[in-house]
Amino acid sequence: MASPAARAPRTAGRRRSPTAPPRAFLWTRRIFLTALTGFVLLPVYVMLSSSLKPLEDVSGAFRWLPSELTIRPYLDIWHTVPLARYFLNSLIVAGSATVCSVVVAVFAAYAVSRYRFRGKRIFTVTVLSTQMFPGILFLLPLFLIYVNIGNTTGVALYGSRGGLVLTYLTFSLPFSIWMLTGYFASVPRELDEAAYVDGCGPLGALFRVVVPAALPGIIAVAVYAFMTAWGEVLFASVMTNDTTRTLSVGLQGYATQNDVYWNQVMAASLVVSVPVVAGFLLLQRYLVAGLTAGAVK
Amino acid sequence: MRGFTRLRRVGLPYLLLLPALLLELLVHLVPMVIGIVMSFKELTQLHIAHWGAAPWKALGNYRVTVDFDAPVGATLLHSFVVTCAFSLLTVGLCWLLGTAAAIFLQENFRGRGLLRAVFLTPYALPVYAAVITWAFLFQRDNGLVNHVLHDQLQLTGDRPFWLLGDNSFLALLVVSVWKTWPFAFLVVMAALQSIPKDLYEAAALDGAGIVRQIRRITLPSLRPINQVLLLVLFLWSFNDFNTPYVLFGKAAPEAADLLSIHIYQSSFVTWNFGTGSAMSVLLLLFLLVVTAGYLLATSRGRKSDG
Repeated sequence: MASPAARAPRTAGRRRSPTAPPRAFLWTRRIFLTALTGFVLLPVYVMLSSSLKPLEDVSGAFRWLPSELTIRPYLDIWHTVPLARYFLNSLIVAGSATVCSVVVAVFAAYAVSRYRFRGKRIFTVTVLSTQMFPGILFLLPLFLIYVNIGNTTGVALYGSRGGLVLTYLTFSLPFSIWMLTGYFASVPRELDEAAYVDGCGPLGALFRVVVPAALPGIIAVAVYAFMTAWGEVLFASVMTNDTTRTLSVGLQGYATQNDVYWNQVMAASLVVSVPVVAGFLLLQRYLVAGLTAGAVK
Repeated sequence: MRGFTRLRRVGLPYLLLLPALLLELLVHLVPMVIGIVMSFKELTQLHIAHWGAAPWKALGNYRVTVDFDAPVGATLLHSFVVTCAFSLLTVGLCWLLGTAAAIFLQENFRGRGLLRAVFLTPYALPVYAAVITWAFLFQRDNGLVNHVLHDQLQLTGDRPFWLLGDNSFLALLVVSVWKTWPFAFLVVMAALQSIPKDLYEAAALDGAGIVRQIRRITLPSLRPINQVLLLVLFLWSFNDFNTPYVLFGKAAPEAADLLSIHIYQSSFVTWNFGTGSAMSVLLLLFLLVVTAGYLLATSRGRKSDG
């Protein structure tokens, strides 16, 4: 934020502006940020470099650089485990959970941010508190419910993608409602009223005015919900079977009894990370703005 | 006609809430009620298929879980202590790193945008992909950590195990801090943007150094956001399942036996859902008490401030 006028004396090495930070601060900053960057990027470097190594390189003592560069791991990952199927499962499950929770949350958040009604407080407190509950609390009962429904009606919820989507709503729904309520509250009510004057009903005002105005927030919530579902391990490890397994569980398949194909594990990790990291970097601004609107206020 | 519109106006918010209410009922309230009922039943593998007919155990499951002299209770108590230590350390370190990084990136300089993207990367990576990579780094024979500590710097006499024994706590902490601190960074960075620039300029003209500006302006302005941030970080790390599960597998080493893994293991590995549910209910009660106490304490602090 330093204006050119304030920066000029510093580079010139003459009298420093009183608001310019002292040299000790600049050095501390340089050292701290370098160390932190190293810490943050270390696993990323290992992921990338190991994914390009032959198996001998990752089985023996660690090497910083590959003895030879190879893209074999990237070809082999699709055969060692059915990675494409896991990918598709993850995409379907995370996508459905995201769409479902965001759509439902849009209506709920609109009601909470625009209307006074009996039971509003109970609803918001319930939504807020379920967010802090551990997933394991819902996992055990849901598991038993699914097993029971399967036994009595023959509907196989346990192990199905639909059943997994439902369990993902335990964390994505309260989060979406909470964030969107905060976001909708920041859309001025005068906009709704203008829509009413123009002849819109409440739903018209929601879809023609509030949703477009809060679109960055909705995108942020969707990105976040998708990321969380894409990385979920607990429900996926219990509620899936061979055909519905998602990436978070499927990646364990690269460890056989005799050997772990670390180069393939790293290649697969990189491949499954690329879509979410790319999406995150593209939509980062919305996410940051959305998180702060929802979390800070 | 007028009565109809009134009905519509009163009913509308409930109509909008209906899908959310139904789903909340389905995924939260019903499972919670069933979970509480489960904790009073004997649910070993004999009874799981027809758990409705499982024998009633009254407080039996609770008695077993809180009997700290017997094996089940003793390991639960140990796991509780480990979880507390782990969460408090994670929260503290994440807050420190996040706040320091946010303060250092507050001012504009070349590369600031790039660093911001780099720092957010652990947050964007899918948890299991990142944690699997850390598991590779911590491998005893072919991992980077031992290569650097033992082969290159010769700091350790022998190649230590990182994912077994006492070191596992340290490994878990490092991974947890690595992937959680960017959230603190994100939140603090956003909060810093709302501090008016002229406050710093006025302080600087009055002769306040940078340390003093941070202590007198930055940190006090962050107080309200810190109260929320610390609670959220605590609840997250206290309930974390993904990190230990991917790092260690179904059974974590004793030193890193977090409660979520412990309950998972008591339920799905030894097939005793009754005690698992009792542990879950106790965990929930503990979190409710801690959260309520924390919120009360911080809101009282806020009142006396203003």
